[in-house]
Amino acid sequence: MAAVMPAPAASRLLLSGNEAVARAVWEAGVKVAAAYPGTPSTEMLEVISTYPDLYAEWSVNEKVSLEVAIGAAYAGSRSFCCMKHVGMNVASDALMTLTLTGVIGGLVIAIADDVGLSSSQNEQDSRYWGRFAHLPVFEPADSQEAHAMTLQAYELSEQFQVPVILRMTTRINHVKSLVTTGERVAHAGAGFKKEPGRFVMVPGNACKRIPLMFKRDGELRALAETSPLNFIEHGSDRRVGFIASGPAYMHVKESFPNAPVLKLGFSCPVPFEKCRELAALVDQVVVVEEVEPLIVTELKAQGLKVLGKEILPLQGELSPNVLKPAIARLLGEPLPAPQAVVPLQVFPRPPTMCVACPHLGVYYTLSQVRNLNISGDIGCYTLGAGHPWNALDTCVSMGASMGVALGMDKGRGEADKDKRVVAVIGDSTFLHMGMQGLLDMVYNKGNVTVLLLDNRAVGMTGGQDNPGNGRDIHGDEAPRVDFAKLVSALGVKEERIHKVNPYELPVLFKTIREEVKVPEVSVIITDQPCVLIKDYHKLKPFEVIDDRCTGCGNCIDVGCPAIHVTRRGKEVKASGKEVDLAFVRIESSVCTGCGLCVQPCAPKAIVHYAPVSPIKLVSKGCGA
Amino acid sequence: MSENTNILVVGIGGQGVMTATEILAEAAIAMGHDAKKTEVAGMAQRGGVVSSHLRFGQRVLSPQITPGTADVLLGFESAEAMRWQHMLRPGGITLMNTARLVPPVVELGLFDYPDDPLGEIRKSGNKVVAFDATSIAQQLGDIRLGNTVMLGAIADHLPFPAETLLDCVLKRFQRKGEKLVELNRQAFAAGRAAVGTAEAVAA
Repeated sequence: MAAVMPAPAASRLLLSGNEAVARAVWEAGVKVAAAYPGTPSTEMLEVISTYPDLYAEWSVNEKVSLEVAIGAAYAGSRSFCCMKHVGMNVASDALMTLTLTGVIGGLVIAIADDVGLSSSQNEQDSRYWGRFAHLPVFEPADSQEAHAMTLQAYELSEQFQVPVILRMTTRINHVKSLVTTGERVAHAGAGFKKEPGRFVMVPGNACKRIPLMFKRDGELRALAETSPLNFIEHGSDRRVGFIASGPAYMHVKESFPNAPVLKLGFSCPVPFEKCRELAALVDQVVVVEEVEPLIVTELKAQGLKVLGKEILPLQGELSPNVLKPAIARLLGEPLPAPQAVVPLQVFPRPPTMCVACPHLGVYYTLSQVRNLNISGDIGCYTLGAGHPWNALDTCVSMGASMGVALGMDKGRGEADKDKRVVAVIGDSTFLHMGMQGLLDMVYNKGNVTVLLLDNRAVGMTGGQDNPGNGRDIHGDEAPRVDFAKLVSALGVKEERIHKVNPYELPVLFKTIREEVKVPEVSVIITDQPCVLIKDYHKLKPFEVIDDRCTGCGNCIDVGCPAIHVTRRGKEVKASGKEVDLAFVRIESSVCTGCGLCVQPCAPKAIVHYAPVSPIKLVSKGCGA
Repeated sequence: MSENTNILVVGIGGQGVMTATEILAEAAIAMGHDAKKTEVAGMAQRGGVVSSHLRFGQRVLSPQITPGTADVLLGFESAEAMRWQHMLRPGGITLMNTARLVPPVVELGLFDYPDDPLGEIRKSGNKVVAFDATSIAQQLGDIRLGNTVMLGAIADHLPFPAETLLDCVLKRFQRKGEKLVELNRQAFAAGRAAVGTAEAVAA
C-alpha cells in the first residue's frame, strides 16, 4: 500500500471512527503505531500505515504491539496501539505494569469493543481496564469526537505521563460521519532518560510507584470534574435526567431531546460531583452505558440514587427502540406503539467460506474421517463449525486450540477412549498465540494431530499480512517464516511434519487418517493462499454436464458457494432405501477452477467450462 | 427525529451494498446535509447478510435506523428485501432487485428459499417496485455494474436531484477511464428507467 497524500487541514470528510482516529494519530505527530488486526479495530492501523512520516507495523499479537508502543513512548516519542476487546486480555500483562512506569511521550491505546457481537467469541466491556489499571478512559460518541478525543488524549497522556485508553465500540469504529480535519503537528521526542527506579519494575521499585498511581487517580478525577469532555445539557423535561457515555449519548439525545443529560466523554475516573449536579436538577437519574453497569455501580457506591441496568439490558447494543420503552415503563406511560410490520420469516444466511477457499477441502476431509474430536481456533476456518462440515467441536480464544486439544487428550474419559484429537489453527493465529501451546503439547507428549492451515493471510479481518507471507503492512517484502522449520524447532519430529496441498483431497485424507493413528504430535501444514489475496491465481472455471449428474450431492458437501441445486428428486435403492437427490449446476462466473468439487464427483459430471455465449466479447474492456 | 431521511440498503456480502451506501452518503453531504452511515455486516466475510444504514438531515444523532422508520429500502437481493420489511415506515417504499442468491444452507436442503419474496412483500401491504438489476447489468456487459443500476433506481426517491447522486457515482470511476464512466452512466440511467417503468406498470 503506497502512502497517499493526506487530505489538507480543514477538509470536511465522511470518516469512520477508525479513520478519524487514524487521522488524529497522524495529526498528533505520533512516531510509532502497532496492532494485530481484529474486527472492529483493524482499519485504524490499516489507515495509519498509509500516512507518511510514521512507523506502522502489524505485530504478531496485541501484547507485542503494546510493548512496541511502550518502548517508543519510553523513548520520548508519541506512540499508538489499538486492538479489539479480546486483544486487551492478551496485552494486559504489559498494561498492568505500564500503569506503574507511565510514559514519557504520549501513548494512546484504542480498544474496540464488539458490542452486539458482530464477529467475536464474547462481548466484554473494556472500560474495566481503566478501573483495573487505574488509567483514564475517553469514550467518543461519533467520528468527530473520536478525532478530537484522540488529540486530547495525547495532551493528557503527556501532562500526567500516563497512557490513555480510548474506548470505542463497533458503532464508533464502523460508523461514518463528518469530521473536520486539522494540521499535523510535529512532535519532537524528548529521548530516553535512564531512570531505573521508574522503568525497571522489580518489587523494590514497583512498590514505590503504586502510591504515585493512587495519587494520580485523585488528580485525574479532579480533572474529570472540570473537563470540557464532561458536560451537562439542560432540558425542559426534568422527570428523568440521563448520564450517558459513548454512542449511548446519541441514542439518549435522539430519544429524549428535552431531557437533561450529563455526557461523560472522560468517563474514568467518574466525576462524582458533576453527577451530583445533574441529579439535583431532575426527579430521577438513569445511567445509560454499553455493556456493563460500571458507572452506575460507582455512583451507587457514592450514595447517589440512580437507575441503570434495572431497566436497561446487560447485553447488546442500545438504541432508541431499546431506550424509549424502558423509560416509558419507568414513568408509567403507555408503551410506544408496536412496529407496524411484523418481520417476515426468511431463512438464516450465515457467512460462508469463499468460493474455492483452501479451507473447504480441509473441512470436507475432516467431515469424512470418523471418530475425531476437533479443537478449533479463531479465524475464517472457525466457519468449519457450520454446515455442511460440522467439523469443529470447540473454539475458545486465539491460539487456544493447542492447549484445549492437549487437555482433551489428557483428560479423555471412557466414552472418548477411541477418539482421536485433532487441533485446527491458522497461520497468523499460530504465530499470535499458538506456538507456545504446540511447544507444551510436544513437551508433555500429547497425542494430537495439528492441522496448520497456512493461507498466508489474516483472512477473517480482510487478508492482512503477517510473518507467514513475507510482506509487511505496506506490502513490502519481509522475511517469511518457514512453518515446517518452526514446528520442527518446537520439537515436532521431522517424520511427523507434512506439507499438503489442501486441493488434493485424496492426499489430505490419507495424511490425516494415517497421522491420527500415530500416538504423538503430528503437524500437517496446508499451504495454499487465501482466495482474496494477490497470491491467489484463478484457474479455468468448471461447469456441470447435466446429463451426467446423478444427483448424489457429494459436491454440495464440499460447501463451495458456487454450487447450486437445480432440481431435487428421490431414488429408491435396490435395498429399498429411499435417498434424496440434488442435481446441481456451478455458477461459472464466480468459479475459480480450484477443482475441489470435481474430486468427489463419481460420474465425472464436472468439466471445464466452455463458454459458447458472446458474453465474454461484450464484457471486454470493462473492469469495474 | 422525523426530519431526517432514513435509507436502508440491504443485500449480501460482496454485492457492493456498503459502497452504494457510501456514495448515497456523499451525495447527501454534497447537498449540505449532516450524515451518518453504519452497517451490520455478516462477520468480515462474504456471503453473510449486510444491512447498511444511512441517515441524513440537518443533524443526525443515532446512526441506526429505528425499525419502522426507514423511508426507502434498497434491496440488492430478493430474500434480503423481504427480510428487512419491518424497518420501513408506513408509506415507505422498497426498491428491489428480483435476483435470487441462494446460500449453501438452502442448497443443502436445511432451509427453504421463499417462493415469492415480492408477493410476500406485497401481501404485507408495503409499497414495492421490483426490477431485475442483475440482468440489466449483465446486458451492459458486467455484473458488477449492478451496484450502479441500484443507485439509478433510488435516484428519483431522494429529497435531492438525481443528478447529484449521478455525479457522485461518476466521480468514483473518473480515474479509471472514460469508458467505465460511460458504462456507469448507462447503468445509472437503466436503473432509473427500470424503476420508472415498473412503477408505471404497477400503477
